[in-house]
Amino acid sequence: MENRLPFFDITAQPGGRRRREDPASFEYTCPAEITSVYSLTGTEKLYQIRIIDQAQRNHFSFQPGQFVMLELPGIGEAPFSISSSPTRHGDLELCIRAVGNFTNFLSRVERGAKVGLSGPFGTHFPVEEMHDQDILFIAGGLGIVPLRSPLLTVLENRSRYRRIDVIYGARSPAELLFTYQYAEWRRFDINLGITVDQPDTTWDGRTGQITEILRERIRESASLADHTFAIVCGPPVMFRFVCDMLTGAGLPMQKMFVSLERRMHCGRGKCCRCNIGSTYTCLDGPVFDYWSVMNLKEAI
Amino acid sequence: MIFKVFDKKELSALFDILSAYTIIGPVQRGVNRDDRPLFDFDMVYDFGDLALDYTATTHSAKRFFMPYTETLSTFQVNRSDWDKRVDFNTYKPQVFFGMHACDVNALNKLDKVLTQTVFPNPYYLCKRKNMFIIGMGCTPQPQCFCRSMGTDTALQGFDLFLTDLGNRYFAEILSAPAFQFLSRIKIKAPTRRDQLLYEKVVETRNTRFNTELDTTDLAKILDLEFESKAWKEWGGKCLSCGSCAQVCPTCYCYGVEENVDLDLKGASKVRHLHSCNLLDFAEVAGGHNFRPDSATRLKYRYYHKHRGFMEAFEESLCVGCGRCGKSCLAGITPPAVISSVRHQE
Repeated sequence: MENRLPFFDITAQPGGRRRREDPASFEYTCPAEITSVYSLTGTEKLYQIRIIDQAQRNHFSFQPGQFVMLELPGIGEAPFSISSSPTRHGDLELCIRAVGNFTNFLSRVERGAKVGLSGPFGTHFPVEEMHDQDILFIAGGLGIVPLRSPLLTVLENRSRYRRIDVIYGARSPAELLFTYQYAEWRRFDINLGITVDQPDTTWDGRTGQITEILRERIRESASLADHTFAIVCGPPVMFRFVCDMLTGAGLPMQKMFVSLERRMHCGRGKCCRCNIGSTYTCLDGPVFDYWSVMNLKEAI
Repeated sequence: MIFKVFDKKELSALFDILSAYTIIGPVQRGVNRDDRPLFDFDMVYDFGDLALDYTATTHSAKRFFMPYTETLSTFQVNRSDWDKRVDFNTYKPQVFFGMHACDVNALNKLDKVLTQTVFPNPYYLCKRKNMFIIGMGCTPQPQCFCRSMGTDTALQGFDLFLTDLGNRYFAEILSAPAFQFLSRIKIKAPTRRDQLLYEKVVETRNTRFNTELDTTDLAKILDLEFESKAWKEWGGKCLSCGSCAQVCPTCYCYGVEENVDLDLKGASKVRHLHSCNLLDFAEVAGGHNFRPDSATRLKYRYYHKHRGFMEAFEESLCVGCGRCGKSCLAGITPPAVISSVRHQE
């Protein structure tokens, strides 16, 4: 042959400075190990996952609100919000409900199992912008999971924030998550308002919707306009009620953050499964301010 | 751009030179019920099999650079330990012989989203970087609305583009390999007559587009008409079969599935192209479906093509090839849907 078509081998090309820009590491997953599994409720378990390689573990950093893709060979790969504090780097905690094929398999996995971890992906809650402000954490059901990471961050730097309220509702007392931490959160001067829809005989707390607690909270302060941020996560129906109430109480849209859930198959803006209109939940989310959400059709 | 002309019979010599590589081109696959030929892209081993005067292929050529099913990685499993192996499934260049401008533009659009964003997709990038594309001028078909989408001519994304001037081809050369291959056949610099003839051919072709899609302010109109009844009407017709995405040259949505080998010693991660019209597209674990009815899914498809991509890259993802309308079992075509959304019926 006098002349040939050149073969372009992307694996031989120098990668980008960061892993995300290097095409050759697109499918790379960090080997990680499940170091312990706690049952939180009948269906949710808290998995502690540690990146095996020490250098990688220390290098792994994320912001509260971001998510990782967890892979089990032959079973699947799925996105999960990180529930642990960013200061713990590659020792992650993921709270996962056994609900589909992947998570049901995961619920049968024992400690010591090797999993693949990629990420972190997505946007985060701007906890540093919230310094010297009141923060309202509002969660419904599993929504507490992505909120635990910013909450722990706030607890670690408690003196930098003003009043912190956690308003959390679940269907029944048995479905409340992280119950073992409530006393500790209260010790950090956090106003914890917990409510359930269907109380059982042992329940001595509040019953009803979280909007009732929120209404009382709003009544306590003159206005939410100046010194308040809100972080909201829950089932799709909850967003609209809560966000409307907060906007009605004067909370500016750009100070209200929501974490959205969508189906994802890549986490890297390629599979399109998580699109809301033109926006990728994996790249432009999962954390959106309320203005962006209002601006997106069919987001909530 | 460098222009050359060469005799039509020289094309088989060029084919022979390139036959050292896998050549993919249009071939006739059969006839439809009206006895019209049906074309498709396939591997071509003999110049005689190439149907260069093809009208339009039923499918786009995407199975060669974005396979419907592709193994992303494999796992070697040894009890609780495992090892992941990634292969981008590209080992040699591929030659695409006779792609129309719409398909070349489809590649340019895919490049934007798949290679020029954070997390470039290596499976696509590998194949795209190793494509040698010979474009071919086309005759507009009744379903083609590429002129409305601005994709009726290709300015980049190919190596060589040929236009039929009767007994010879007018060649636009865009890459060094293309120039070197051409220098091995008998080529001439275009005369003034060739140039005028070329311009005439282009002009004649431009008058033959008769399907239009009004794209004026379309992104805004789609937002305004989000609750339009038109979506319900067209969505009611939609069978949610996903044929449109299957034939579309720019549909790239996918789903990933992992399988365990039968001997339990390995596993694989496989990507399947998906369609946003399929029922489970936006269904999450636990059973909540963010787009449960066919109308919202159909609407989403148009939103992604004509609004979402517009917002991100300032152009529409649709190239106006009309394949989706041709293949749709319910007869849903983009020009008809958009004109009813715009109240232009």
